[in-house]
Amino acid sequence: MTRRRALLALAAGALACTYTLSAAPQTAAAPEWLVTRSDVGRPGGQLVVIERAEPRTLNPVTAVDAPSKEVIARTTADLIHFDRETQQPQPALARSWTVSPDGRHFTLSLRHGIRFSDGEPFDADDVLFSFRVYQDEKVGSPQRDQLIVGEKPIAVRKIDPYTVQVDLAEPYAVGERLFDSLAMLPRHLLERPYTEGRLPQVWGLGTPPQALAGLGPFRLREHVAGQRMVLERNPFYWKTDRAGNHLPYLDRLVFTFVPSEDAQAVRFQSGEADVTTRLSAANFDVLFRDGGGRNYDLLDLGPGLDYTFLFFNQNSVAADAPAPVARTRAWFRQLAFRQAVSLAIDREAIVRLVYKGRAAPLWGHVPPGNKLWVNRTLVRPPRSVEQARARLRMAGFSWNAAGMLMDRDGQPVAFTIVTNTGNTERNQIATIIQDDLRQLGIAVSVATLELRALLDRLLNTHDYEACVLGLGGSDGDPFNEMNVWLSSGGTHLWNPGQPRPGTTWEAEIDTLMRRQLVIRDTQERKRLYDRVQALVAENLPIISLVSPNVLVGVTKGLGNLRPTIFDHHALWNVEELFWRGRPSGAAR
Amino acid sequence: MRRARKGALAALGVLYLSAICAGFLAPYDPAAQDRDLAFSPPSRLHVLGTDGFGRDQFSRLLYGARISLLAGPLGAAISIAGALLLGGAAGFFGGWIDSLIMRAAELFLAVPWFYLLFAVRMMMPLRVEPAQAFLMILSLVALVGWARPARLIRGVVLSARTRDYVVAARSLGASNVHLLRKHVLPQVTGVVSTQAALLAPQYILAEATLSFFGLGVGEPVPSWGNMLTVLQRYDVLSSYWWMFMPAAALVTTILLYSMLAETVHDWPAVR
Repeated sequence: MTRRRALLALAAGALACTYTLSAAPQTAAAPEWLVTRSDVGRPGGQLVVIERAEPRTLNPVTAVDAPSKEVIARTTADLIHFDRETQQPQPALARSWTVSPDGRHFTLSLRHGIRFSDGEPFDADDVLFSFRVYQDEKVGSPQRDQLIVGEKPIAVRKIDPYTVQVDLAEPYAVGERLFDSLAMLPRHLLERPYTEGRLPQVWGLGTPPQALAGLGPFRLREHVAGQRMVLERNPFYWKTDRAGNHLPYLDRLVFTFVPSEDAQAVRFQSGEADVTTRLSAANFDVLFRDGGGRNYDLLDLGPGLDYTFLFFNQNSVAADAPAPVARTRAWFRQLAFRQAVSLAIDREAIVRLVYKGRAAPLWGHVPPGNKLWVNRTLVRPPRSVEQARARLRMAGFSWNAAGMLMDRDGQPVAFTIVTNTGNTERNQIATIIQDDLRQLGIAVSVATLELRALLDRLLNTHDYEACVLGLGGSDGDPFNEMNVWLSSGGTHLWNPGQPRPGTTWEAEIDTLMRRQLVIRDTQERKRLYDRVQALVAENLPIISLVSPNVLVGVTKGLGNLRPTIFDHHALWNVEELFWRGRPSGAAR
Repeated sequence: MRRARKGALAALGVLYLSAICAGFLAPYDPAAQDRDLAFSPPSRLHVLGTDGFGRDQFSRLLYGARISLLAGPLGAAISIAGALLLGGAAGFFGGWIDSLIMRAAELFLAVPWFYLLFAVRMMMPLRVEPAQAFLMILSLVALVGWARPARLIRGVVLSARTRDYVVAARSLGASNVHLLRKHVLPQVTGVVSTQAALLAPQYILAEATLSFFGLGVGEPVPSWGNMLTVLQRYDVLSSYWWMFMPAAALVTTILLYSMLAETVHDWPAVR
């Protein structure tokens, strides 16, 4: 009897087993939620966020502009996510992963039982489909380049419905960073447009919300052209808090489009928006003086990852170029000339006058905010017009009776700094440089161009002399800047797309940058990148000037708010944000 | 009333004189930056305060007046010259010349010139001397501004041409040149001088508008227009009242000009 019962029990167990096995592909057992560690909040309310421009698209595959990316990052999710606070990889759609000892093979286990925002399940097929789309040359995704390692596209294989293996041709320094911010796509919605070759065109701004789906904390509810985009809570989101409440807490996330910096400050000050992240130092001060009655907090997060710099046109001159062009290029290609300019620029004045002290002066291109990578041993030569003059004299420059600087051939040294219209800070920097260089006898004029016209001159026609520009905004890892520092890179601003490195130090930077990309030892990478920073500081292809602080304004009472200098400064953990005290959120 | 007008004329004279003597009157170099005194309020050191680079606002106002005040008479002169030529020809000769010129005038009034100016500035080379760029843009604005005064001048010329004494002179065999010089143009002087007094402040304002949009004189050369551009910034607008000074100067000048226009308008009656 007992034996029989045991047998029965065993049979029942076996039955149960086969049942779960056969059922697994359709409906997984209990969904594997990710449980966050932050404070337990209260649900409800909406958050109004200022966005400086209207997104151009909601298609994660083709988005290039920052507003599009910032919205899409709230409606989609990635496999492995870098925590914006700790800078460490965290499980996301992949609940765990392993890396082979040689760093070339990643095995990712996907979360069971989670669903897209339209209720359809997510599994390995979606992952495979997503990689296929991003890597397809015909789709032309900007993410494609980072999915090519050792000149081979990375290979993704399905092991079972919840396990995928990723194989790289070479070890890749950034490893898990590959997967960060790479939005997983819903195959059930996008496979047809993809096979029909329409994928780059879908999910434009006019798309009805029900035709979109993602794995992010929010999903599109409404888009009012030119004004705002309203996202609503995704009920299928895969994170819960410690108490088991489903995230996100907020019911709605509203992006309101305000193009001018000043208008942004006014909107925020008047309480029409809860979050603004790109406050200028001047406006930050105005809001700060607003006094006690205000119901918002202003946060100075210190120097961010952006760096502003001056650079000269060092492109090679065509044989038939007019004489003045050849002459100016000859100055710009002289190290002594660039050193003199760097020595004469009053970086402290830029910090004080343009940024009201809310910025850090720079002598190397990695800002102090990038604590992981900054080379702290770089020399910081103090401003000295005397030394600048000595440098120029040694290089064969001289001064005429009126005090104007003359080159070796007796021609006056004069050039134009271009920068983009609408950026008051860069314009002010150019005016300060103009006055600094006047003390060297250099006549500088300043011209502003619309950003697109400016980039066309910098990268295509090379028809400019000097330029003030800024870069940054990524996560600070050098792999993001390959395009800037490789001499063949498309944004190697001072001399882009060289077939072979034009100088020995550019050749050395090429080697260092390529090397740091394929080793996984972070300390060794840091050593290599330190050398890159030293080479840039010595040879001054760009004259680093200043790194502005990240200035954020947020309505009081927002729980779990942990702003960082990484993008998006305030919304990176939007699913955890909640309103303390007043569940309705900003009264609009 | 008379006295007020005389006062206006004298005040305008003083303004122009101080612009001419800017080099003598200005306490500082208008481009010199005192970076420790950015946005410092009016004080004994800087009577009208300093701007965001610590440049003396009073000196910049004086030097800026050179450009801004020059823009008025210069623009008006160019426009009136064009208007006299074309409006005069249209009125005097009549017929198909008249209709051609008047249709062209209507076309000029209908075209949105502001956008054209942006295109023109785009096509200019990057390095243009600030004064040169300003003169080019201003001449362009003034040249396209011929249409409105030309229509007025045409009307006056047309009516003068048919006056009895003009017809009599013509029948006595007077040449066109003689008729224009002795009988028609003197009739036009009233309109021309009133128009000039009305157009001058318009061009002063045009300079301010152009500079406000970055089409005028470039840094570090001051003009009232480009001194006003900082008011686009919320922090300046809300914090530094002395940065409004160029606006006050502009308003004053324009008021003085309109009083001058009234005076000029009444001249023939006075005579």
